[in-house]
Amino acid sequence: MNLWWLMLACGAITFGIRYSFIAAEGHYQPPSWFRRLLPFVPIAALTAIVVPELLLVQGEVILGGGNHRLWAGLIAILVASVWRNTLLTIGSGFVALFVLQRI
Amino acid sequence: MPLLVGVGPFGVIYGVVALQSGIPPLAAMAMSSIVFAGSAQFLLAQLVGAGAPLLLTAGAVGLVNLRHALYSASVAPMLARLPRRWKVLLAYLLTDEAYAAAIPHLLRRTDARSPDAHWILFGSGFGLWAGWQVSTLVGVLIGTQLPSNLGLDFALPLTFIAIVVPMIDSRALLAAALAAGAVAVALAAMPYKVGLFIAALAGLVVGAALTRKAK
Repeated sequence: MNLWWLMLACGAITFGIRYSFIAAEGHYQPPSWFRRLLPFVPIAALTAIVVPELLLVQGEVILGGGNHRLWAGLIAILVASVWRNTLLTIGSGFVALFVLQRI
Repeated sequence: MPLLVGVGPFGVIYGVVALQSGIPPLAAMAMSSIVFAGSAQFLLAQLVGAGAPLLLTAGAVGLVNLRHALYSASVAPMLARLPRRWKVLLAYLLTDEAYAAAIPHLLRRTDARSPDAHWILFGSGFGLWAGWQVSTLVGVLIGTQLPSNLGLDFALPLTFIAIVVPMIDSRALLAAALAAGAVAVALAAMPYKVGLFIAALAGLVVGAALTRKAK
């Protein structure tokens, strides 16, 4: 029974966080510095998720050739910056990872 | 779509982990609908398995999902004119992946308030929601037979790369990305993914500071 209450509480907390600014929009006047931060949200938040995935192997920063995901990720970044194509980027990253794991 | 490939294995593994933590299959499934948050559900399952105090567990889940407040702030102006039921629905569906998949389309539109912003968010959010429920079910059904790691989870960082890199078209945006990435690695050892939230904030501040200088 406790487990169900806990899940409901966690669901409510999660929803509350996601709903917070959406609900408040129109009811408050955000300061101008706050508005200036918003354009950077997608890039800052998503990069913060990606970079540790590439650099860290079980909590340690690994830069050498043994870190296949780092090199596959760098190739994907290169492909993304040149061609700006989603499927090409993902495909190149997977192919690079596949090849690196087998050399 | 590519995100579903990345989310699938997570959902399956979550289902397996939840069962191993002693969570009944029905509750494990329900959690995917009630909480609907990948990394927070993993943490929840682990803490329940470890018998952690309820308040601590709920607090930890809140910390893990703190970064979603940033997404909320980011999309809020685009949803300002919607009826409340739409806002509630879209807030419920607002995950990392849904936000990532929708934001390039949301930003590309010339008028940020044109009426289809909510359909874009709903499409990405609902697609990922459905994928998450199905993959949780698969994980719960196959139980302890862990699937071999095919590296499919690599689809998540790759998709985020495909989304983020083309968006970087100014020095301020590049600096924001570098700052967020560096801080995220430096703080990776912090519990409950608090480091991710601080790293994102660092990226925002660096980016905004540079735009100000440029003017």
